[in-house]
Amino acid sequence: MRLTCPNCGERDLREFTYRGAALDRPEGAWSPAWDAYLHQRDNPAGASREHWWHGFGCSAFLVVERDTRTHDILSVSLASGGRQ
Amino acid sequence: MRFSGLRVLKEGLTGNRGWKPHWRDPAPKQAYDIVIIGGGGHGLATAFYLAKEHGLRNVAVLEKGYFGGGNVGRNTTIVRANYFLPGNSEFYSHSLRLWEGLEQELNYNVMHSQRGLINLFHSDGQRDAFVRRGNAMINQGDDAELLDRDAVRRQLPYLDFDQARFPIHGGLLHRRGGTARHDAVAWGFARAASERGVDLIQNCEVTGIDVENGSVTGVQTSRGAIRARKVAIVTAGRSGQVAALAGLRLPIESHILQAFVTEGLKPVIDNVVSFGMGHFYISQSDKGGLVFGGDLDFYPSYAQRGNLPTKEHVMEAAMTLMPMIGKARVLRSWGGIMDMTPDGSPIIDRSDIGGLYLDCGWCYGGFKAVPGSGFALAHLLATDRPHESAVGLRLNRFRDGIGLMDEEGTGAQHNLH
Amino acid sequence: MRLSHAGLVERSRPIRFRFDGRDYTGFQGDTLASALMAHGVRTVARSFKYHRPRGIFSAGSEEPNALVTIGAGAGREPNVRATTQELFAGLEARAQNCWPSVDWDLLQVNDLLADFLGAGFYYKTFMWPKKAWEAVYEPLIRRAAGIGALSGAPDPDLNEKAFAHCDLLVIGAGPAGLMAAQTAARAGADVILCDEDAMPGGRLNAEVEQIGGQAAHDWAAQTVAQLREMANVRVMTRTTVTGIYDQGTFGALERVSRHVAPGRDDLPLDCFWRIAARQVILAAGSIERPVAFRNNDRPGVMLAGAVRTYLNRYAVSPGRAVTVFGNNDNVHRTARDLLAAGVHVAALVDARPGATTDLPVPFYAGAMVEQVLGQNGVEAVVIRTATGRQKIQSDCVAVSGGWNPSVHLTCHLNGRPEWDSALAAFVPAPGAVPNLIPAGAASGVFSTDGCLRSGASAAVKALAALGRAADAPDIPLAEAGSYDIVPLWQVPGPGRAWLDLHNDVTVKDVRTAAAENFRSVEHMKRYTTQGMAPDQGKTSNLGALAVLADVTGRDVPQTGTTTYRPPFVPVPIAALGAGGRGQGFAPRRRTSSHDVSLSMNAPMIETGLWYRPSHFPRRGEATWRQSCDREVAMVRNAVGVCDVSTLGKIDIQGADAAKFLEFVYTNTFSTLKEGRVRYGLMLREDGHVMDDGTTACLGPQHYLMTTTTAAAGLVMQHLEFAAQVLRPDWDVRLISVTEQWAQFAIAGPQARALLADLVGQDVSNAAFPFMSCGPVTLAGVTARLFRISFSGELGYELAVPARYGESLYRLLVARAEALGGGAYGLEALNILRLEKGFLTHAELDGRTTAFDLGLERMMSPSKEFIGKAAATRPGLVADDRARLVALKPVGPVRQLTAGAFLFEEDAEPIRQNAQGHVSSVGFSPTVGHFIGLAFLKNGPDRFGDRVIMVDHLRGITALCEVCDPVFHDPEGGRSRG
Repeated sequence: MRLTCPNCGERDLREFTYRGAALDRPEGAWSPAWDAYLHQRDNPAGASREHWWHGFGCSAFLVVERDTRTHDILSVSLASGGRQ
Repeated sequence: MRFSGLRVLKEGLTGNRGWKPHWRDPAPKQAYDIVIIGGGGHGLATAFYLAKEHGLRNVAVLEKGYFGGGNVGRNTTIVRANYFLPGNSEFYSHSLRLWEGLEQELNYNVMHSQRGLINLFHSDGQRDAFVRRGNAMINQGDDAELLDRDAVRRQLPYLDFDQARFPIHGGLLHRRGGTARHDAVAWGFARAASERGVDLIQNCEVTGIDVENGSVTGVQTSRGAIRARKVAIVTAGRSGQVAALAGLRLPIESHILQAFVTEGLKPVIDNVVSFGMGHFYISQSDKGGLVFGGDLDFYPSYAQRGNLPTKEHVMEAAMTLMPMIGKARVLRSWGGIMDMTPDGSPIIDRSDIGGLYLDCGWCYGGFKAVPGSGFALAHLLATDRPHESAVGLRLNRFRDGIGLMDEEGTGAQHNLH
Repeated sequence: MRLSHAGLVERSRPIRFRFDGRDYTGFQGDTLASALMAHGVRTVARSFKYHRPRGIFSAGSEEPNALVTIGAGAGREPNVRATTQELFAGLEARAQNCWPSVDWDLLQVNDLLADFLGAGFYYKTFMWPKKAWEAVYEPLIRRAAGIGALSGAPDPDLNEKAFAHCDLLVIGAGPAGLMAAQTAARAGADVILCDEDAMPGGRLNAEVEQIGGQAAHDWAAQTVAQLREMANVRVMTRTTVTGIYDQGTFGALERVSRHVAPGRDDLPLDCFWRIAARQVILAAGSIERPVAFRNNDRPGVMLAGAVRTYLNRYAVSPGRAVTVFGNNDNVHRTARDLLAAGVHVAALVDARPGATTDLPVPFYAGAMVEQVLGQNGVEAVVIRTATGRQKIQSDCVAVSGGWNPSVHLTCHLNGRPEWDSALAAFVPAPGAVPNLIPAGAASGVFSTDGCLRSGASAAVKALAALGRAADAPDIPLAEAGSYDIVPLWQVPGPGRAWLDLHNDVTVKDVRTAAAENFRSVEHMKRYTTQGMAPDQGKTSNLGALAVLADVTGRDVPQTGTTTYRPPFVPVPIAALGAGGRGQGFAPRRRTSSHDVSLSMNAPMIETGLWYRPSHFPRRGEATWRQSCDREVAMVRNAVGVCDVSTLGKIDIQGADAAKFLEFVYTNTFSTLKEGRVRYGLMLREDGHVMDDGTTACLGPQHYLMTTTTAAAGLVMQHLEFAAQVLRPDWDVRLISVTEQWAQFAIAGPQARALLADLVGQDVSNAAFPFMSCGPVTLAGVTARLFRISFSGELGYELAVPARYGESLYRLLVARAEALGGGAYGLEALNILRLEKGFLTHAELDGRTTAFDLGLERMMSPSKEFIGKAAATRPGLVADDRARLVALKPVGPVRQLTAGAFLFEEDAEPIRQNAQGHVSSVGFSPTVGHFIGLAFLKNGPDRFGDRVIMVDHLRGITALCEVCDPVFHDPEGGRSRG
């Protein structure tokens, strides 16, 4: 498997680590939104939006859209939007 | 038809023409009391125990493909009761006791072999963690023994004790742990359930779950609509999709776990051995192949196949642990879809929808749980109360933080368990 | 027998080898199979279940029968295919799984019991008596099962792994592959051409035909030679592509030195390649399949195409009176080649009713070979014609049921092949693998002319995808024969007809399986074990599928196909795991003081990937405990030096750095001033403790965070996530500086004295109070000094750029020894912290909360921080949670052990009564007894209570008193002075 890091280009899977589903973090006290963020998952069989980390490369966190049935990579972008 | 050596003899003498189907192929009825979605190990076991323990036969198991085609046919066949957190402890202990009588109960040789499982450890800290585990096992009434390095060496002389990057300090021995023939388990439960009158229906995909006024009324399938008062979702790997048919979200992320078998070899590994510096576990099947596996690939997948980095890491672990394995050749590799939960432990519980029950979240530990989960889910379906062995497997423990069973200690990140 | 024409072996280079203890001679270019066949050796193995004799069936890696053990001693290798093992001088091979010999095997008695050993028989018996399964039946089955044997000794051979990248990967160097590679290479693409064989050319090396007016194998050799001269081409022979993975990643096994005598330390045995290719052409050819008939498993029954390979390439005939049988035009070529080689053709049997021939051979059209006669090998065949039966003397049957395009790789990404009814075979489904184009026989094109064209056009397509234009090349004149297959899978009749030759699965077994309701192809396969032998059913899968289809009243495509998964051929674990054995398994991280520790005889122990000294034995100290006790006392009474470089150090800078620390720590950091250090607690988002450490403020907007050794990587990733994903708009930058700074703890009452002598700055208590930090200079080097203490004594940590680490360590240890102290290691470090109730990951085990650890006052109520919300869940603050306490033994048993459980004094030690567990223990020389940290229900409310500690594993039960975790200097004055 190969991912195209916006900073480093196309690299082998072994440089990257999957972190989790790319969800928006809630604020404030414990709530159903927090339960959903930490635990509940749509877990799609299809297009999935995920956070990956280029740990053996530039250390960038990436938002990767990927098909979980075929492993096709649909898009890769910097999680910080280039600000970090 | 009862299976036995005499039967094999008799049939053999008469041209082997008398063998009967191992299960009936009924057409689905329009309604059942209980519908079990998923004809894998857990679903088939549940059907069996519903009939046997509770006398409930107006039950159907709906399998979208062929029985046992999912994770029950794809695992590394290890059976053990060496969990240490309350909730898990009693569940797997109960399941192992059911394993110990399973051939006789099913009249099917599932080839359960309690050849002993050894968890190796490589540091004092790891030893202490295994001591905690072993003591928890004995507290539970199961067996555990602490082996020092010399004892491990006597038992497993082929391990690398001299050159290893992470020298072996000792091991935790669980004598009652071992292996079983995975396909036989599924088929054995299927045959026994079918014989007791449960309808097992293959090539029947559930495409919808009907809910009215907050309760389940039935399912839609590729072979027509079926009404039911109770519906259980027992579809490891696909739990999320099937639950979504009822509008439910689950705390599950589906991940790929690869497994491997070598060409057949004369006996060389007698136990189940697990490596302490990275997930790696291996045993030898009765046909001679070495069956082994390691970590997840760590990214969500439904493809039932993984990629090279994990494969290579598993093989590297094999080489560092037992260099004699080098000339063994990987013959087949495959993968299953793991229901990963935020604490790495399973769920057998009612959902918030009336009449809809869940058996899911088994991560990569579902095979050893086949009898235990079938027994517990049958109890829950029949009595609407959790079986005493499964009280800890609550769906809502993540929400309220009560009774989390995080054996790995890695927290609420599904793929880290 | 060896034939007189040249073939493609080198007659001038004879090679001596040994099989089953007997010496033979072959030639360079022979395989073990061809050389044995030249000597008329017929039986080379036994079948798995019935132990019937087995002969050579094919000429390639699809071989189901001829598995032998090569070599002796530690490097002995089981299950080697004689058909792919190249001959080398001194090669020693042995038959497997037979006793006393392959020619006379005791277990052939199984064949007499065949009626009782059908598919799945073991599921129906061996259950009584209950204990007998494990005690008797299973051990017997395990001994009889398996095929070859590992030596049991460590694998002595070297292996390697490598990466390669290219524009175009061409899999297979037969006519299609060669044409494709040539076309692409001439257009300037970067090409890797690989072939499983030592000699590229594929079927061209096995057939008598011409390309462009020259012998086809010469054309192949010439084309390869031209390719080898091109700088943009890599030709990899003896290289099998074993698997296709995502985004154009391929696994390939190169057999680097299996064709030469073992013992070379300059070459690996195998190399496993990871190849990244932008485009790929699958020109892997096709594999022939047989027809099943009664006793078709006897030695001497072979694939018709393989017979041609032996005749033409190896100049060997498998028999003297060969029967040729099949259902397609190809079969006639075998008869023709036999005649040309001077071998008698006993019969040419063509199942197709309208077939004709010009060859001067006994010819039977619309006929079938019904059975083979002969116990140890083919002695005669019975042919069934429209009019009756005929028995013919014959010692070999060359059978062809057709050819299967090698679609396997196209299925590795979940693709399923498509049925082509004209070919009666599966062909690749279009688009099954992105950027993969099948060509030649692999795509169902069987004539040589067709393959050349197919390869060329595939290359043109691939080049277009690569953005290179190319003209279709001229195609040299080549054979353009027909195929005209009429499907035939089995010859009906009594007796057993084999499908899976290795696992002894017959047509009857498939029928029985269907009768027992194993009607899906996956069920049939698992129940009968068809296709699960080392050959993975390459020559039997389709036959079995067809029989199943027939018996269940479906056609083949309806019945389906099993999934093909990697590896295409079995791959040695040593190759896939190359580099992993011994020390290569993981990197070794060493501190700058490593060699100094070794010179002081300190045993080094693993802490994650690091090595750290356990203790520093002095003369007279025989056990680690003696050293440890002395080192603890040394720190408490004088001064000790310990290398703490392995703890994570993260440099954090930016206008929002303070805000960032507020966000990741539970306690307040915005008030941390320059020159000050603070202990920080870090939670995971789920409210459990992730790690603890200290963070120092080195300047405005500049902080240095420390983590534990174990969690350094985890914390770094966590902080990156927080910065990039959760707070991308904040101005904060992070970098790990763990390896850039060597850091040493200096602890004990004499610590200040030691430092004062060394550094230029004032380190008095007033100038450098507890929890302060700042730059200092020593010997002209700018260092960082932190006044923090993990021992509970007056303590500092001194950090210098790592290149000065060794030198500084020597200096510190010498100064410490002069003050009555010295170096201390991990054991003492652990006791010192235990005596103070400080925590490590034994307590921060990933399941504990700040509440459990007695640190709830560190959770700031007035700010947001990671983990805050989840930490308030009822389960995480429940009264009955097990919480941190210390224990001391108060009964006759004075030993405590980590991992033991705690119970009320009179309670039975079972799960339901467990009150907690012991997390860390050690002998404290300071208080004179064992101490431990533990988690106990309602712990802090039970100081003074007694509980028992039960360690079932070691048989230790000890009465303990629950106490406050701080045993030494509870006021904390010693570290503050």
